[in-house]
Amino acid sequence: MDAPAESRRGRLKVFIGMAAGVGKTYRMLLEGHAELDAGHDVVIGLLETHGRADTARIADGLALVPRRRVRYRETVVEEMDLPGILRRAPELCLIDELAHTNVPGTEHTKRFEDIEAVLDAGIDVLSTLNVQHLESLNDHITELSGVRVRETIPDAILGRADEVVLIDLTPEALLERLRAGKVYPAERIDAALNNFFKIENLSALREVALRQVAEEVGAKRLTTELVGSREESLAADAPQAVGERLLALIEPYPGAQRLVRRAWRSAQRLGAGLDLLWVRAPGKQLSDDEQRSLAALRQLASVLGARMLEEESDDLTSAVADVASRRGTTYILIGGARPARGLARLRTPLPQRLMQRLPGVDVRIVADRSRRGNGGSVNGT
Amino acid sequence: MSTGTAVAIACAAALLGIAAGYWLPPHGRRPARNRLQGGNRRILLPFTGEEISRRSFEAAVRLAKAEDAIIMPAFLARVPMSLPLETALPVQSARGMPLLEAIEQRASSLGVPVDSRVGRGRSARDALRKLLEQEHFDRIIVSADEDPAVGLSYDDLRWMLDRVPAEILILRPAPEDNRRISTEALTGHF
Repeated sequence: MDAPAESRRGRLKVFIGMAAGVGKTYRMLLEGHAELDAGHDVVIGLLETHGRADTARIADGLALVPRRRVRYRETVVEEMDLPGILRRAPELCLIDELAHTNVPGTEHTKRFEDIEAVLDAGIDVLSTLNVQHLESLNDHITELSGVRVRETIPDAILGRADEVVLIDLTPEALLERLRAGKVYPAERIDAALNNFFKIENLSALREVALRQVAEEVGAKRLTTELVGSREESLAADAPQAVGERLLALIEPYPGAQRLVRRAWRSAQRLGAGLDLLWVRAPGKQLSDDEQRSLAALRQLASVLGARMLEEESDDLTSAVADVASRRGTTYILIGGARPARGLARLRTPLPQRLMQRLPGVDVRIVADRSRRGNGGSVNGT
Repeated sequence: MSTGTAVAIACAAALLGIAAGYWLPPHGRRPARNRLQGGNRRILLPFTGEEISRRSFEAAVRLAKAEDAIIMPAFLARVPMSLPLETALPVQSARGMPLLEAIEQRASSLGVPVDSRVGRGRSARDALRKLLEQEHFDRIIVSADEDPAVGLSYDDLRWMLDRVPAEILILRPAPEDNRRISTEALTGHF
């Protein structure tokens, strides 16, 4: 965090965590002190201590831009003083709670927009964020925890950050901090323990946070490798480029569900997107059983969050190759095929054909475990 | 025998071989996979959690074998009111999919055809109702177990008896019978 403020856009560093109380603000303040000790001009633009004594204590010694008062519906609300920060023009500004929504009547709706203005003024910013505030994760985390977080930010904001630092704590340690009154005041502890702060919620959120930061790291590594220097415009696209994308080839028959489940599980482990592709022969009429199977597959895809694609073609390999190229597929999963008949036995099996057409794409044949030991064969059709 | 006759016989033999190759699969005849073995009767085995009663499963298998029927295990996912009904449910799926897999593996190993389903609704009952609106089932086997991790509530069972146009078999295991099928029954990784 150096170089004169006027000559460049400021740098953004975000401390991200799985939940309140992991120590994001504390860490932000520690870094603020380190920069101050190094001779830089550091101010606190906005600090939310939530009554935590440790946090308030560590803020001592750092200059503070006082909040301003904004009148809204007959009440007075305190908000960050963006014009005050810009006037003060420090080298580094500490702004807590990146996802905060401002009260109407201020310059911007969201705090991340305020931060953009600060960065545009050439001021470096340290900020904090809980993982559930990321827009793309909001539904997932609501399902996970039962609590809908209303303040969200577009994922691209995090993608544009120069540095993302994960503040990690085990769920057990966080619960211990909560019970000791280090996160919320005594009257809120029981409610927190009974709602959001459950070990299973925190474990899942921690996994989400770890994965999110891993993706950011991967994205930035790729950007550096490709461009040789960091260019913010590429950051938003990079996660897609490094991310895995699975494509499962299905047909409307009951066994296809097993393939879909296995593909989904693999996608979950890889943190990857999943597409399902059915290549339908032109003019093919579906039997009642097949129609039911297709409806069940569509429902399964919807529940799992997979995208179901249907292509009409009599050339399976070309259709798969086209879709794989279009969707940026990195893995293709296929089920054990029916035995080839007649001249079809002379054809190159489907997995080999796919590997020839799609070099660089992994092809995986998913076994039918219920037939393990029965000598099930795998041939291409 | 003239050369022409020999060539004709050779060609005929080759054509016969190709035709035989087309009609005879390499490892003996197998049923087409688009058709399920088993008859047309469909036995629904709904569940909501990570386990099902072993007794319900065994009853479904016995009946399926006796009636040449298909077992249709169905995972009923609940969509919180705060989310759209069509939303993806990865967290619940992480609990339900391994159990579907375990049931399929076990039933298949016992020679019973399986065709799984996933229902989605605001409650287990709503998910089941939607499933029943879409498809016909001849019989439904449920466990009378108030544990939401295992079965439907008594209210749901009453609703089924009142409203569902299928034969319903409600099994109440003996108090000491707590055998269940869970994801631990899975073979290999999932």
